[in-house]
Amino acid sequence: MGKYVLRRLLIAIPTLLVISFVVFAILAVAPGDPLAQFAVNPAIPPEVRANIRRSLGLDQPWPIRYVMWLTSAVQGNLGYSFQSKVPVFDLLMLKLPNTLAVLGVAYVLSVLLALPIGVLSAVKRYSLFDHAATTFAFIGFSVPTFFTGILLILLFSVKLRWLPFIYDSQITVSLGNPESVLAQLRQSIMPIAVLTLFQTATLARFMRSEMLEHLPLDYVRTARAKGITERLVILRHVFRNSLIPVVTLVALGVPTVFAGALITEQIFAIPGIGALLISAINNSDTPVVMGATFIFAVLVVIFNLVADVLYGVLDPRIRYG
Amino acid sequence: MASPTTPVPTAETRASRMVAATADSQEFRRPARTLWRDAWHQFTRHRLAMGGLTVLVLLILMTVVGPYLWPIPYNKLDYAMGLTGPTTTHPFGTDDLGHDLFARALWGGRVSLAVGIVAVSIAISLGTAVGAISGYFGGHLDNVLMRITDIFLSLPQLPLLLLTIYLFRDLLRSTIGPEAGIFVLIVVVIGVLNWMPVARLVRASFLSLKQKEFVEAARSIGDKDGRIIWVHILPNVLSPVLVAATLGVGSAIITESALSFLGLGFPSDVPTWGRMLYDAQNYIEIAPYWAIFPGLLIFAAVLSINYMGDGLRDALDPRKTG
Repeated sequence: MGKYVLRRLLIAIPTLLVISFVVFAILAVAPGDPLAQFAVNPAIPPEVRANIRRSLGLDQPWPIRYVMWLTSAVQGNLGYSFQSKVPVFDLLMLKLPNTLAVLGVAYVLSVLLALPIGVLSAVKRYSLFDHAATTFAFIGFSVPTFFTGILLILLFSVKLRWLPFIYDSQITVSLGNPESVLAQLRQSIMPIAVLTLFQTATLARFMRSEMLEHLPLDYVRTARAKGITERLVILRHVFRNSLIPVVTLVALGVPTVFAGALITEQIFAIPGIGALLISAINNSDTPVVMGATFIFAVLVVIFNLVADVLYGVLDPRIRYG
Repeated sequence: MASPTTPVPTAETRASRMVAATADSQEFRRPARTLWRDAWHQFTRHRLAMGGLTVLVLLILMTVVGPYLWPIPYNKLDYAMGLTGPTTTHPFGTDDLGHDLFARALWGGRVSLAVGIVAVSIAISLGTAVGAISGYFGGHLDNVLMRITDIFLSLPQLPLLLLTIYLFRDLLRSTIGPEAGIFVLIVVVIGVLNWMPVARLVRASFLSLKQKEFVEAARSIGDKDGRIIWVHILPNVLSPVLVAATLGVGSAIITESALSFLGLGFPSDVPTWGRMLYDAQNYIEIAPYWAIFPGLLIFAAVLSINYMGDGLRDALDPRKTG
């Protein structure tokens, strides 16, 4: 087992290297100059510009720049933002909690909702509940997150005026101050709801089809024949076995949720890494773009790894060679 | 989901039908049953899928023919009529510059649907090619191709899409032209980032199919590898690929809208549905209809495509043919 995890880890490292190289290459090969803003500024003479280039290491060919970036990235230094002159690493760490808070709650909620929905609609197949759940699931993954977000804003902020429009990251939540907790809750409801809807739909659908695959199998009949109640047959036998692929899907779904966060952060103006990435792209802030994209890549790779390992842990039939 | 290994209806159902047919009478002749006719028959019985197909055909017709029939061109400015809600002359209302939003929705649908279809064609062709080569030849080639597939699967999709489009937008705009340039860019990037699931699917089917007797038979009569892949194995892989393609169109439409919504897709003079939503954002309090109609159109298109995909999956599953 330990050996298996280690081997997966060793595969993850070259994957990350390749990804960082690809992103760096795209940034380097692309037309457009990260110092374009200085080029149009007549106050900066060409020789000063050349000096800035040299001080930033931009006069080197890009493969060398990549090696330089990599050696410092390994030491936790992702460079400095062109825009704000702050270390990229600090910037990312500043924004990450906002993203993780919204995402984490949304994800846990959607798992808690999706599993019972999936199990129930499989057990009561073709019932009214199943039809309702199926319709809900189809709607859930057909509505783009940005449209759900806009609809929620229209309904709850514009029409009813119940919830705030824009996320205020200045609110410091302390348990002694119930007002701040309430404010934080109120502003988090809509972004969380948007992400939860999408993820619940996908997971519930998958849970249902896994349950349906398992229900007609022989071991279920055996369990019933032993005389245990239907409830126990479902919960202890079918549900637990169906859960194995669902758990991997839960882990594999995390990167998708991060992509969803890019959009929700844009709609609700949540200052997270998604919003950071978009503003960095718009400002040609190359080091931040590189850092944020790399963080996304790290998350994808980590959760792929988690999915693989979990699958091995949960399913004893999987052998580690 | 088990993929069908042979395109014919299962042996037992066929056998029972033949028995029934000969028992009835010698003159009784049914039209030949092919996989596709069976599938269509099955598909027509899936009510939601048929509903999806109808809505989608209507949407396509609307966007293809609509702009010629609708009297107001999509780029006609009318400042005096800016930001008016839906009326009989402007069923979807107008935007801040007085553009007729219905005309823009018709025109934008063209772009949105075209992006979906072309991007998926690219993804499917790439995925099928990689999967077929990998599965058929195996060995080192298979190993290398599958590692590449794994790496592509671990790429952070949306950030990369945003990045490439932002960086290469101007280059392509100046070389191919503003509209075609961004179209090619978006379609290629979505295609190149989405072929991996298809490649895995096709590879898995090829791995099992190449062991079958009919492939051996083809080889024994001297067929070359290319012919075996193309004529003998590929048609058997088609149905799962078709399902994946259908569902892929839906997600490609969402991806394009998301890009435009983030301001990194089409420029504002090309009104795609996503772009309209992006433009509407700042006016959401005074002109909610501006966002609602294009949003509903995206939703309708994607929902009907998803239902169609579901129906196709059922229809092409030989275990269910009846």
